Amino acid sequence: MTAPLSFPLDDAPLNQAPLEQVWARLDLVMDPELDEPVTDMGFIEAVSITSPPEQNTSTVHVSFRLPTYWCSPNFAFLMAEGIKRQIEVLPWVSQAVVTLQDHMAAEEMNAAINAGTSFGSVFAELHPDEDLAALREKFDIKAFQRRQEVVIKAMIAMGFLPAEILTMPRALVEIAEFTDPETIRQKARYLAILDEKHLAPSPRDLAFPTYQGAKIDDYATYMGLLRSVRINMEFSGSLCRGLKRSRYQEADLSGDMPILVDFTTHNPTHACR
Amino acid sequence: MYVTPEGKEIFVLDGHTHFWDGSPENQKNIHGKQFIDCFYAYHTGLSPKEELWDKKKFEKYSADDLYNDLFIDGPDDMAILNSTYLSDFYKDGFNNIERNMSVAKKFPNRFIVNGAFDPRDGEKALEYIHFMKETYDIKGVKMYTAEWNGASKGWRLNDPDAYKCFELCEKLGIKNIHVHKGPTILPLNKDAFDVHDVDYAATDFQGLNWIIEHCGLPRLDDFCWIATQETNVFAGLAVALPFIHSRPRYFGEIIAELLFWLGPEKILFGSDYAIWTPKWLVEKLWAFQIPEDISAERGGVQLTDEIKEKILGLNAARLYNIDVAARKAEFAAHPMSIAAE
Repeated sequence: MTAPLSFPLDDAPLNQAPLEQVWARLDLVMDPELDEPVTDMGFIEAVSITSPPEQNTSTVHVSFRLPTYWCSPNFAFLMAEGIKRQIEVLPWVSQAVVTLQDHMAAEEMNAAINAGTSFGSVFAELHPDEDLAALREKFDIKAFQRRQEVVIKAMIAMGFLPAEILTMPRALVEIAEFTDPETIRQKARYLAILDEKHLAPSPRDLAFPTYQGAKIDDYATYMGLLRSVRINMEFSGSLCRGLKRSRYQEADLSGDMPILVDFTTHNPTHACR
Repeated sequence: MYVTPEGKEIFVLDGHTHFWDGSPENQKNIHGKQFIDCFYAYHTGLSPKEELWDKKKFEKYSADDLYNDLFIDGPDDMAILNSTYLSDFYKDGFNNIERNMSVAKKFPNRFIVNGAFDPRDGEKALEYIHFMKETYDIKGVKMYTAEWNGASKGWRLNDPDAYKCFELCEKLGIKNIHVHKGPTILPLNKDAFDVHDVDYAATDFQGLNWIIEHCGLPRLDDFCWIATQETNVFAGLAVALPFIHSRPRYFGEIIAELLFWLGPEKILFGSDYAIWTPKWLVEKLWAFQIPEDISAERGGVQLTDEIKEKILGLNAARLYNIDVAARKAEFAAHPMSIAAE
């Protein structure tokens, strides 16, 4: 995750075991392109903690991997930085060491991230013609739009009319009760990004503004835009899931056909929650 | 020839196929290994289980495998074989034009072999275009804008050196420019998905056809916008189509967007063989209907039989001046067999 979309809203509960606290932080790191947690995508390969947390000097090691050797180094950098930042929020952690595995840019990136070189300067060196802030904003907009589409469609399914969506106050969305787990998840994420971007701070504000904070002009046109954002993100998302399964031999072995996947150079131990 | 369940014969021109050598013997370095591994992950990630190959065959299959999978087991009547060099990764190139021409010669009239060049080679690229035209009479080329070349990790269609090459292509009658604009398969410093260079090139070279492979995914909206403005921009379905198996509704959304924006004349079938084989793709496409709610959101577009026939072969045949009736008659008179050679 890039600029984490929901940076620490609260401190990690102290009653959680240290490893659980680390995983809870990792849940907040998004794949910037997909707006899905790196944990859900199965990118985190291993987590370990050195020295007892009581001394507040722990080092946390996290290794992660991506669906292909060719995944955009930009995204890899953004995720590595997100992991480091999220874990170092924990009061007992003095340092997070992040290792990207099996990737074309792994060597340079691991060196840079863990040498404490600021992500901004590493990025600037590798991508002199790209603006990191602009890149992050691009992903934030997509995340906002994707979450918003899910919630709008759910409200429509409840019987609200398009015209009502345009003027609906935030309070109405807050109290709307959904049963579909994905809708419930995306509603919470949508409200979080509204807060983070200071859109609709009051219950009477528009529940569904544009990312720029304006009222949606034409419902059908706007939904066409949201649909195209989703189509692009879903393409990457389902491709990534398929590729990662294939690369790391996680294909469904329950079927009666053998799975002909046999090309990893090593057999990574899978991180378990 | 695909014969529909109703008995109708459909001419199939497979717009995107390869005859590669990704074997360890041909790999120059770790990148060569990772490249074919990534293709294999696409293959295993999106194919139906019963269509999976083992890794060794996938790395290097024979000319007979190719012929069999496309024309005997498969429904193709003709296929476009693309050339891809990736010289920084493979000793003899991934699928060079000589390799493609050898198989085209072995099975006459079945293949259209496209060339490839790298504009960053400057004068040499121009010489190579002349060479390919004179030696092989190519009608099209395949462009990989994300290919590595020394320190460069990519180029754009509207670079000045590229324009010199396209001017020459136009002059020599190499009219069909296939461009990979899809998922990143090679790292780039810039955004490898970006399709905006297509807009410039297509506007400046109205005499050329720009076939955008993988229809720009995951930048479908940008691609549709450009392809709607430019009459000479086409969508290649490779990589988008296999979703018809694992996520049919999602494929429905993609094809609905393409039909709504581009219309049925500008969409080309491609199996991307050997990542996928054409048999299951064509069967599933023929059986497919866009779900009603998705169609309703996109002006009621439908995948009629007539439109499917265009996508499967007639559109590509038009771009390559293939006389479909004549080819059908010729193939009917010389039915294929495994011993065709």
